[in-house]
Amino acid sequence: MQLTEIRVAGFGGQGVMLSAHIIGKAAAVYQGAYATMTQSFGPEARGGAASAQVILSDKPILYPYVTRPDVLIAMSQEAYSRFLPELKPGGLLLVESDLVRVSDLPAGIRVHSIPATRLAEELGRRMVLNVVMVGFFGAITALLEPDALRKAVIDSVPPATRDLNVRAFEKGFEYGLNTLHGEHHAESEHPSLPLEAHD
Amino acid sequence: MPHADPRGVLTGVHFMDGDHAACEGALAAGARFAAGYPITPSTEIVERFAARIPTVGGVFIQMEDELAASIAIAGAVWAGAKAFTVTSGPGFSLMMEHIGFAVMTETPCVFMNVQRGGPSTGLPTLPAQADMMQARWGSHGDYEIIALSPNSPQECFDLAVRAFNLAEEFRVPVMLMMDEVVGHMTEKVVIPPAEQIEIYPRRHTRLPPGQYKPYAPGPDLVPEMAHAGEGYRFHVTGLTHDERGYPSMNAAAQDRLVKRLKAKITRAADRLACYEEEGTEDADVVVISYGITSRVAQRAVEMARARGVRVGRLRLITVWPFPTRQIRALARRVKALVVPELNLGQIVLEVERAAAGQAETISVPHAGGSVHAPEQILDAIMEVAK
Amino acid sequence: MTSQARDPAELGPRPEAEVPAESCDYQPENPVEQFLRTDRMPHIWCPGCGIGTTVNSFARALLEAKLDLDRVAVVSGIGCTGRVAGYVRLDSFHTTHGRAIPFATGLKLANPNLTVVVYSGDGDLFAIGGNHIIHAARRNLDLKVICVNNFVYGMTGGQLAPTTPVGALTTTTPYGCYEPAFNLPALMDAAGAVYVARWTSFHVRQLTRAMVDIFRKKGFCFIEVLTPCPSLFQRKNRMGEGLDAMKYYKEKSKVRHGAPTSEVGLTIDGDIIVGKFVDRERPEFLDLLRSQLAAQLGDRYVEVEHLVCS
Repeated sequence: MQLTEIRVAGFGGQGVMLSAHIIGKAAAVYQGAYATMTQSFGPEARGGAASAQVILSDKPILYPYVTRPDVLIAMSQEAYSRFLPELKPGGLLLVESDLVRVSDLPAGIRVHSIPATRLAEELGRRMVLNVVMVGFFGAITALLEPDALRKAVIDSVPPATRDLNVRAFEKGFEYGLNTLHGEHHAESEHPSLPLEAHD
Repeated sequence: MPHADPRGVLTGVHFMDGDHAACEGALAAGARFAAGYPITPSTEIVERFAARIPTVGGVFIQMEDELAASIAIAGAVWAGAKAFTVTSGPGFSLMMEHIGFAVMTETPCVFMNVQRGGPSTGLPTLPAQADMMQARWGSHGDYEIIALSPNSPQECFDLAVRAFNLAEEFRVPVMLMMDEVVGHMTEKVVIPPAEQIEIYPRRHTRLPPGQYKPYAPGPDLVPEMAHAGEGYRFHVTGLTHDERGYPSMNAAAQDRLVKRLKAKITRAADRLACYEEEGTEDADVVVISYGITSRVAQRAVEMARARGVRVGRLRLITVWPFPTRQIRALARRVKALVVPELNLGQIVLEVERAAAGQAETISVPHAGGSVHAPEQILDAIMEVAK
Repeated sequence: MTSQARDPAELGPRPEAEVPAESCDYQPENPVEQFLRTDRMPHIWCPGCGIGTTVNSFARALLEAKLDLDRVAVVSGIGCTGRVAGYVRLDSFHTTHGRAIPFATGLKLANPNLTVVVYSGDGDLFAIGGNHIIHAARRNLDLKVICVNNFVYGMTGGQLAPTTPVGALTTTTPYGCYEPAFNLPALMDAAGAVYVARWTSFHVRQLTRAMVDIFRKKGFCFIEVLTPCPSLFQRKNRMGEGLDAMKYYKEKSKVRHGAPTSEVGLTIDGDIIVGKFVDRERPEFLDLLRSQLAAQLGDRYVEVEHLVCS
């Protein structure tokens, strides 16, 4: 695996940190690769915008911060606007389709979207949208072995919510595979309606 | 050496941040008492300890301030526990008096400092390495301490264990000098089985109460301890004292005590020196760094090598006592020593002193709040390699 | 009030410099000498100072309470009273200025089998250490605090203390103290101490009894002992010698057990209300800690009596 910089961003309460943690853990603990995760702290990290960075590589990671992410996972409009400019040319953008309206996209950016919140709600718990997003990321990028991600999900969530989270992961993963096979025309699904309020 | 008590060892492969790893290192090392006061970016260490210690067997107490936390641990040590406190920035400043107290009373304990930007409240959530001189000189009077600088969560674990072992061996406060990046970054941390973790035991006296003198030094200048409640009826004071532990306030007693407290560390400096050295054999330039900066420096070194510069790197793991002899030997072989650090030039002064004019010493300062861009260090290497 | 107390000079630990510390055949004449590090005599306290008198009561209280002396630890801060730790033949810790309480907190939590006595002065405990003592009282940690209040900073030469009465002269209030003083029993009562008493160094028997009381009581216990500082406070304020102070205490003291602590504040020449003001029950810190953790963690909670490392 080449050095890959990933930023996961959204708003407080969406489980942004956990998504990044699962991705990093899958690489570092279950796939024999290296992963370094960092996050923003302090008052600015409570409520409002939340963002975590994770770097994956098959070699030890020296510089700890993400500078030009290869992948941006955006789960809020604010996160999208704030972090899109740093996305590497030719980078991959994954968005929550009900929460992010994609506009002003520079040429060369690949984008895929998923209604992760709605899918999570179908499973009965909106809060697992972050794990739906991880599944989606896993299928689209194929950076990590699905089983490594699955194990990392199981190992990172409270025991009582394991089954739910695994289902959320599978749901997102399946949605991602279908997206790759052209069953979702993600790029054309951005709602033009005002964003709903969440949390 | 005996092995770790398995109750405190979370053996396994984890994806964990440096703060949590430092806490696990303390638990693995046998720390069963911690006193703390919340302060960013170190709080996660005591939060984890507070959550973990009831099921391991021990006590965490959140004290009313850092002064209290930093001497509560001394009380716990004299009752028999291995103990530590954790802080950052302003809290470290408040703890200075009790670092001196621990030095003077030879109380083995560990201070973890997750460095953030200063002076004063500074940058609570962002990194610096600007307390390195404070760790060495911050308390009043002449003394020596030991300070270790981890550059990854894995090392936060490993060096936390070592910090406790050195504290016990030398009966000195040991500083684990982390920084915000290392404390908050999450990486793989492998915690070995308890039987693979060596533990330096408390140097408890075997003498009976009538014969025991609390501050009679052994051959390595370190005295043996007794604990309160064992019948020794000993006295401990921060005043200058004699071998009985009684106050003895005169120049001769001061000379004897303070010189011994210093010598027990400096005599062992070669053994304490711990550093990682790579590519220095035929180097023209060597980058000397520690903590998170060492990782950025390594990238800069790789970039410089790609441009044909013969550059090596040396990473200080033990920062105090400073490995003067080793750096001096290095300075004789190379043209320049480049010292990036997240401060405006602290350890570079030691490097310069050690180099003693044998090699040019270049500071690459950074006021903190982030880490260096590798290019900043690269530029310094290229400039001096011209 | 009883008046059976003897001259404090008679009660204080007298210089016995020639007595070897470990001499087995030496039979102490004074029953309290076994509690003292006689090899450290003469002590540093001035003639007429009341601190030694309180130590005498302390030694007698230890004897009377029949405590296992190997399990009694004394912790002092800095100052004249801070030197008590150095003179008692017990495990003793002379810590830093103001920090006897947090040191004692660590000591007690790591070995709850110890009887931990904090013996220090008013400036040490209530000025520089004021934050610690109110929190220790709030927690109701099982500490026995003996505060020797001489209204002044003695070791540094007679400066203003948080207890100096309005109008009194000190070297840093050369025109008279104008700061309101702390009413220590009220402060300790409000902070949650389960036992609060005040005596003077004139009341040696009552003081001894109060010390026995707190050795037997669990939780944060506080005794304020008013003592003369003839070299500094008495002299500066023309209050005479140590003996004059005893007469003064005898004359001005009014025993009022159970007095509301809000009414026991001291003035420069008013009545000195003494007695046991508070004696109540509150759950002790370690009991609270253990019951909470046991309730929350059940069998997973590992209760350790003494945190002794290998």
